[in-house]
Amino acid sequence: MKEFKYAITDPEGIHARPAGLLVKQAAGYKSDIKIVKGEKSADAKRIFGVMGLGAKTGEEIIITAEGEDEETAIAELEAFFKENL
Amino acid sequence: MITITGKSVFGGVSIGKLSFYKRNQKVIKRTHVDDVKAECTRFQGAKASAIEQLKGLYDKALEDVGEANAMIFEIHQMMLEDLDYIESIENIICAQEVNAEFAVATTADNFAQMFSSMDDAYMQGRAADVKDVSERVLNILCGVDEGMNQTDEPCIIASDDLAPSETVQLDKSKVLGFATMYGSSNSHTAILARTMNIPAVIGLGEELRPQLDGQMAVIDGFTGKLYIDPDEATLAEMQEKRAKDLAQKALLEELKGKENVTKSGQKINIYANIGNVSDVGAVLKNDAGGIGLFRSEFLYLENDTFPTEEQQFAVYKQVAENMAGKKVIIRTLDIGADKQVDYFGLDKEENPALGYRAIRICLTRTEIFKTQLRALYRAAVFGNISIMFPMIISVKEIQRIKEIIGEVQDELKAQGIPFKENVETGVMIETPASVMISRDLAREVDFFSVGTNDLTQYTLAIDRQNSKLDEFYDPHHPAVLSMIRMAAENAHAEGKWIGICGELGADLELTEEFLKMGLDELSVSPSMILPLRKRIRECE
Repeated sequence: MKEFKYAITDPEGIHARPAGLLVKQAAGYKSDIKIVKGEKSADAKRIFGVMGLGAKTGEEIIITAEGEDEETAIAELEAFFKENL
Repeated sequence: MITITGKSVFGGVSIGKLSFYKRNQKVIKRTHVDDVKAECTRFQGAKASAIEQLKGLYDKALEDVGEANAMIFEIHQMMLEDLDYIESIENIICAQEVNAEFAVATTADNFAQMFSSMDDAYMQGRAADVKDVSERVLNILCGVDEGMNQTDEPCIIASDDLAPSETVQLDKSKVLGFATMYGSSNSHTAILARTMNIPAVIGLGEELRPQLDGQMAVIDGFTGKLYIDPDEATLAEMQEKRAKDLAQKALLEELKGKENVTKSGQKINIYANIGNVSDVGAVLKNDAGGIGLFRSEFLYLENDTFPTEEQQFAVYKQVAENMAGKKVIIRTLDIGADKQVDYFGLDKEENPALGYRAIRICLTRTEIFKTQLRALYRAAVFGNISIMFPMIISVKEIQRIKEIIGEVQDELKAQGIPFKENVETGVMIETPASVMISRDLAREVDFFSVGTNDLTQYTLAIDRQNSKLDEFYDPHHPAVLSMIRMAAENAHAEGKWIGICGELGADLELTEEFLKMGLDELSVSPSMILPLRKRIRECE
């Protein structure tokens, strides 16, 4: 399993638009992608879960990937978060 | 006449008949089904049709309101394809042996509830999205055709609240405005109304009753008011307001993105004067090239005590970032004279305009000045900030300011706090003394900005607060114009730029004169930017 930590910089947090983009991006990997915020965890391929985390600006989340393409997934997702969130 | 106050989500005035949005009433009943597999298939079929519809809506929205706003319909598709959502519906169908309608309605309530209970207004607003997509599936399952029979006559659409898909499906040429009982300014309807430039007022409450259908009404999107059955005076006032607004918007349409250039090709920058962060929206909307005067006083006037470095830093940074690389000229504290703040503990003076004010306070109470300078140099990392000093009368003052800047930078460096070292600095030309020594001042700084209000008062020795002197007061006095010309010549002789940030800059009768003087910039209130641009483009 691979993971990285990320602190949200988008002033609105993970709002609908980046959540939608994230789900699209995550759906492209074979690995299981999870987002963990504190005690909550969500499947990054499911929009309700991602939005339900309510991750706000300044909050730290952990993104994990487990599966055959986990290395690419983590590298690309890290770039995705930096660009969109 | 009935007046109801709500919240404006888009400025503008619209006048017309109220037309209530009609929805088909469906009653969702819970019924027993034997063949749960067939019921799941029925749900899957309805879901697939709903996604097809959403694709169509996405394309329509893409054309009407652009990619960023159309994305909501893509998110709606994702919601329908979300496995948690689908599993919940299929579980209810199978476990309870019930109809798909009941399962969808129950799941919609549960998911909407999840959003409603979040502690963030934006996320709470997303409950409407869940209901909107679920409603779509329900309509397909029930075989009802949702929508509004719009009349041929353009109307103000009234409703309890409009779902994004309802808003985008309306024939926009028949919509004069939106008035809703509920809703938040974060709702997509509000966002779409703004994008489509349709005046909209939300949160009007239950006074907006369906019985009012067909009544004449006026939306004032500037004040968030809805007038129903307006009296003649209100109607006339609103018609005038509407005409003015339309003229301004037409000007914007015509001039937005155009250069400030005369017929012979002379260019000049038009920047905006602002007094608060909230003015930045108007600056961008009116297409200013930058901010030529950001009065920092509001930070001091709105506070009960000295604003901290962090408070100031946050404000300067926000403005710099919002202006995205465009120049932001921030004037340091200009308190005193007609702007008094209790906690400064300033003595009452016989002659405040000639008294202890502006840079004179900063250079004697350096702790106040240093706090502001630290915030400014730190914020300068985040955009294109310039700093401007008011009420300068001598070169010695500039040299003292530079020493203080040096100290501030050394302290920031020692503390390891990031800041921008080379920030453009300039002085206000607002005293006759600064004009007379402008050649020397120009060697010390990067730019001049003429504060014509004070320069006029000091040159003509006329108190601008005293209305008895109005007959002696001539804003076009040749002495003042000579002052500006002299400062411009001296600035240019030293290769520096000069602008005007006083009221005279927006005086369209003088625009040609200023162009002849070769001024590089005029900074005016946001609403004057486009009229000024129009005037410049008419000059030879």
